[in-house]
Amino acid sequence: MAEGKIFIIFQDNMDARPFIDAVETDNPEAVMQHEPGMVRFEIVGTLTLSRETVEEILGREVDLQEIHMHLISLSGNLEEDDDFIRLSWNT
Amino acid sequence: MSEKKRLNMRKRYELLTRGLAWEPSYQPREKVFPLELFEGIKIVDWDKWEDPFRLTTDAYWKYQAEKDKKLYAVMDSFAQNDGFLNLTDASYINALKIFVQGVTPIEYQAHRGFAHLARNFAGEGAQIACQMQSIDELRHTQTQIHTVSNYNKYFTGLHEPFHMFDRVWYLSVPKSFIEDGRTAGPFEFIVSISFAFEYLLTNLLFVPFMSGAAYNGDMSTVTFGFSAQSDESRHMTLGLGIIKFLLEQHEDNVPIVQAWIDKHFWRSYRLLSLVSAMQDYMLVESPMSWKEAWAIYFEENAGALFKDLARYGIKMPKYHEVATAEADHLSHQVYGILYAASHAAGFQTQIPTKKKMDWLSEKYPDTFDKYYRPRWELWREMEEKGKRFFIGALPLDCQVCQVPMVFTDVVNGNPMEPSYQVSEYKADKYHTCSEACRDIFEHEPEKYSQAMIPPQQIYQGNCGGEAIPDVLDWYHFTGGIGGEYKGSIDETNWKKWHGGNTGS
Repeated sequence: MAEGKIFIIFQDNMDARPFIDAVETDNPEAVMQHEPGMVRFEIVGTLTLSRETVEEILGREVDLQEIHMHLISLSGNLEEDDDFIRLSWNT
Repeated sequence: MSEKKRLNMRKRYELLTRGLAWEPSYQPREKVFPLELFEGIKIVDWDKWEDPFRLTTDAYWKYQAEKDKKLYAVMDSFAQNDGFLNLTDASYINALKIFVQGVTPIEYQAHRGFAHLARNFAGEGAQIACQMQSIDELRHTQTQIHTVSNYNKYFTGLHEPFHMFDRVWYLSVPKSFIEDGRTAGPFEFIVSISFAFEYLLTNLLFVPFMSGAAYNGDMSTVTFGFSAQSDESRHMTLGLGIIKFLLEQHEDNVPIVQAWIDKHFWRSYRLLSLVSAMQDYMLVESPMSWKEAWAIYFEENAGALFKDLARYGIKMPKYHEVATAEADHLSHQVYGILYAASHAAGFQTQIPTKKKMDWLSEKYPDTFDKYYRPRWELWREMEEKGKRFFIGALPLDCQVCQVPMVFTDVVNGNPMEPSYQVSEYKADKYHTCSEACRDIFEHEPEKYSQAMIPPQQIYQGNCGGEAIPDVLDWYHFTGGIGGEYKGSIDETNWKKWHGGNTGS
């Protein structure tokens, strides 16, 4: 199904780091690019971020909506629940 | 502490966004929501409206407060450490001037527009999402003003953006864009702003340009930019949600929505032509060219998006291939007119440095050396002879996008031929810059024939007087804030603050 390219962009700062690291862990095929002030991930298909991964990195309970503090931009259809965020196209 | 199980996100969203309204009994529903019907959009079930992020009001306030706390801490430390002295060069601020003169007032109008929708949409989920977006847009206006107020102490052109927005010739481009949406019905407004502008195109404004601000040492602007853009991620997600909601509600909505996508894609794109000039020419150091940004954030992203929407019968916006063909020319054509008319502007311009020209050759191998470098070299020769080029007359503006008619017939392989069009309406002639703007005009001539076109108004004496100095006074552009950058107040101060050495 989802064959289009998806991206997600975070602010490049230490508060955003656990989310950046979690995206990297959960999506090993994603391409990560550093640009001034920002970190951008690109992947063909689906991009997932799980609460568990962020919690493991941070060592505390996390509400995934904390992502709003760090996001710059994203593409694709968003599916969000307590435990995950998923981005994909329906093609 | 008692361990009370929290409701899950779906349940919280449902409880906090549904069952809050009532059925009117004193008045018929269509009198309570009078704007919902006239555009022809059919809504069968408002409850199908869902915010994909499922953000509720309590969480909204919590995260927005955190974002503001972070942003104001950065702004304070930037101000206390005289952060502005670490910019790459004072000429960079000229891009920021256009931003605050042109974009900040749009944010304010978007705030008012979404407040209007929150009242006029009948669905509760939609009302709540529009309220949040209305507050977001006001936050953007305020944080932009607060960030720029620090620069306003040291640089010209940042003092009265709202006064300028209503009067200045090049600011009629953003003004006419947002007023086009605001004078339309509620559904057209939301397609214009949430989808065509926010979803398809704001990445081009807030991502590479703000990354460029970071690249030029402007930590204050990059922080407000990315803080605003964190709201934009929510707006974009909602923009896509809205389009799908409208398309799923009724098949009759499809052609109406397609026509709005076509129109507002083009209106937004022409507005961003100013950003192309800022990005390629006005940033001292540009991390990415307009053409590269267009390829990533429009061609690639919109390509995937419209494949996704194809199942509803929605197609790529009309004339998107023209916009893509123009990517090789856009910033050069637009900065050309800004350079030549900056004596009547609230910012300064200059011929690109040798380093910048080489960067432009590298980024635009098919066009820059062939078409645009020779013009810059001619203008440099003129400057060296003491005849810095400024256009003597006022440019002719497009009746729809209001950008001076500098665009050429790139898509048909005639990049040196103007692409302007002429339409007749009630025995008068109207000029537009392109087939796309012509189509928009001819679809609603009764609307666009009333547009306030600055050059015409100046010649009619409606802008403070007939001579340029009178008009500049009327704009509150006093004290020589426009024109050539070299020798300007801003450059003179910059050199003084750096002991005679300029940045780049």
